[in-house]
Amino acid sequence: MLNLIGNYSLVFALFVSLILIIVTFINFKSNKILNFNIFGTVVLQFTLICVSFFALVFAFIYSDFNNAAVYYNSHTSKPLFYKISGTWGNHEGSLLLWLLVLSLFTLIFLFRSKKLLISFRILTIFFQQIIIFGFLLFIILTSNPFELILPTPIEGLGLNPILQDPALAIHPPILYLGYVGTSIIFSSSLAALTCKYVNKDWATDIKKWSLISWIFLTIGIMLGSIWAYYELGWGGFWFWDPVENVSLMPWFCLTALLHCSSVLEKRAILKSWTIILAICTFILSMSGTFLVRSGILNSVHTFANDPERGVFILIFLTFLVLISLFLYFKFNEFESKSKSFFLSRETAIIMNNWFLMYFLAVVLVGTVYPIFLEVVAGAKISVGPPYFNQLIIPFLIPFLFLMALGTKLDWIKTKKLKLNLNIIAILILSILISFYIVRNSNTKILFLSVLISASLYLFFISLIDLKNQKLKWSQKISHLAFSTLVISIILNSIFSEEISVNMKVGEEKIISDSIINFEKISKREIDNYTSIIAEIEIKQNENKLKFYPELRLYKTPETITSEADIKTNLFNDNLLVVNYLKNTDYLNIRYQKKPFMLLIWFSTLMLGLGGLLGLRDNLK
Amino acid sequence: MYGKKVKLRFLFLSLILIVLILTVYIVLKSLEDNVVYFISPTEIKELGEIDHNKKYRVGGMVKKNSISMNSDQISFIITDFKNEINIKFSGVIPNLFSEEKGVVAEGFLKDRNFLEASKILAKHDENYMPPEVREALKDK
Repeated sequence: MLNLIGNYSLVFALFVSLILIIVTFINFKSNKILNFNIFGTVVLQFTLICVSFFALVFAFIYSDFNNAAVYYNSHTSKPLFYKISGTWGNHEGSLLLWLLVLSLFTLIFLFRSKKLLISFRILTIFFQQIIIFGFLLFIILTSNPFELILPTPIEGLGLNPILQDPALAIHPPILYLGYVGTSIIFSSSLAALTCKYVNKDWATDIKKWSLISWIFLTIGIMLGSIWAYYELGWGGFWFWDPVENVSLMPWFCLTALLHCSSVLEKRAILKSWTIILAICTFILSMSGTFLVRSGILNSVHTFANDPERGVFILIFLTFLVLISLFLYFKFNEFESKSKSFFLSRETAIIMNNWFLMYFLAVVLVGTVYPIFLEVVAGAKISVGPPYFNQLIIPFLIPFLFLMALGTKLDWIKTKKLKLNLNIIAILILSILISFYIVRNSNTKILFLSVLISASLYLFFISLIDLKNQKLKWSQKISHLAFSTLVISIILNSIFSEEISVNMKVGEEKIISDSIINFEKISKREIDNYTSIIAEIEIKQNENKLKFYPELRLYKTPETITSEADIKTNLFNDNLLVVNYLKNTDYLNIRYQKKPFMLLIWFSTLMLGLGGLLGLRDNLK
Repeated sequence: MYGKKVKLRFLFLSLILIVLILTVYIVLKSLEDNVVYFISPTEIKELGEIDHNKKYRVGGMVKKNSISMNSDQISFIITDFKNEINIKFSGVIPNLFSEEKGVVAEGFLKDRNFLEASKILAKHDENYMPPEVREALKDK
């Protein structure tokens, strides 16, 4: 029953989408009115997709194994929370979620854009419907979440246990809100281009949507990182894994767009560039979906290897790119030169954009090159973290200085660059502190101290800027947050320590200045897994820490996961993970000291807060 | 000849061009230095010359009864059912690492029969297999 309802609402929504494409097109061509029909139909479409989505959620809650998606990804013994989150823990369901958010945002756009040009609004809905139509077709043809299995199986196969985690239950929806928000940016910029509506009003509107996407994307990336940190037990939070990169690329693009739309809003320049960024942001989000979903990338996120799906998304993507290129070259008015001086806020923002584009290019090449090489030469390669570190970190230094000094410049022309004593004194102070830090670490690299100086400099400047009345709170907070983020990541990577050893129960080991004591082990049966908890004590100088890391042996599907025991305080995380070694008495023990982890999460949250403040200003 | 403005613009454009070329060069250079090649034990045997400073990823099955370990080291044999290679490793061993299961070891080749690994990757769940491993096992 549920399956039927879900399935038919999807098909019905597809027809509605087709109707909307035609109606909006006719309305745009002839009478240019946004009548009740369009409103009503968009609401209807959203309702249909909602019905379909909740039909799937209920199929998961009631473990309706008649449904193939439920059968492959759920199990009756799973807790309710993970039954629900299992809805988007698989390929089909996650696409349905994409679609739900897509139609929700279309609806919100329609209701929140009443002050804008009518033909622009109609056209935005038109482009948005093309995207929705594409996704609906994709879901119905290649990944229908309501496929049936006959006869009905008695028990499901279970959700991959590493996905059964609170952070990961909310990570996909949040990230999707970010990804899908960029679709509005895309449609609206194509519409603005066609209507010749690229002006200050449009900039204000697009800034709102970029902020929304940016906030969700930032928080979504953070949640994914937090999950990787404690669940995968690799003891890190960022691995330059292709799937992580794929979420970082639209983030760079969006950050550039945010800054650039401010320039457009204030000065009515950089029109073409804003349009290009807006288009790229969505194309990158889409290619992200393509790379992750098609199974080209090898990672935890890859649900299924189905070439047919990859081909479909690739065709759809090419289609969107071609439309954008066509509209861009047909309608774009190359702007006449406006007066700007070198020493101005605009210049600083443009340079910031260049750096962001460089970072984006580095990540893009590092992610796509292995795929490219495999297709062309048949060689299998992977690009490791050193590549990214080598290419990104050095350029972070000028980027940080620019961020610090850019806010000191005025729009249009800075009459007198006030090089007051403060700015220089702070620079000297930052250099001194960074030398002190590097001297106390094991790495004696001059380069590192320059990097730390740069980030400390930004930190102090932003701290002082907090009092500056001329600047916006959103900017002050997010720049401060970015500086603390960079500082905490650097300090974390310099001062991290690690011990890894294989031990039997009852053994004691001395490694450098630590005494590791593997005291005992206990076993417990819980819901859908067996839990093995080890008791390990670590003595370092006078400090004693006791850890209770856990191993979970799942039966459906048969998998083992490690749950790290993390002792967190303000400045330091102590983390201990054990890994299971089959057919031996040994456990693989890994003890890590990770300083400033809390500060990393806190900075990212503050970055999101900065975005939120910007959104508040924008909605006023 | 040309006005000052044209000259300035020309200077600016050539500066951008130089920066662009430089950037492309560093990116490619860095890519070349940091790429890790994936090979099977058979391909190692066919390798012309061994570069001791280059990282490789070797994929295949963990051979039955080949695992031996002590407190800080584990050694085992990766096989693609045609050729084998010895692996030595100390560090974090993934939960799903076990005999007769797919594995990928990343590290430096000491010679044609021996790789000192710095990282071991195993599958995420029972049904999942890294494409590299599947590829390596396909010819079996």
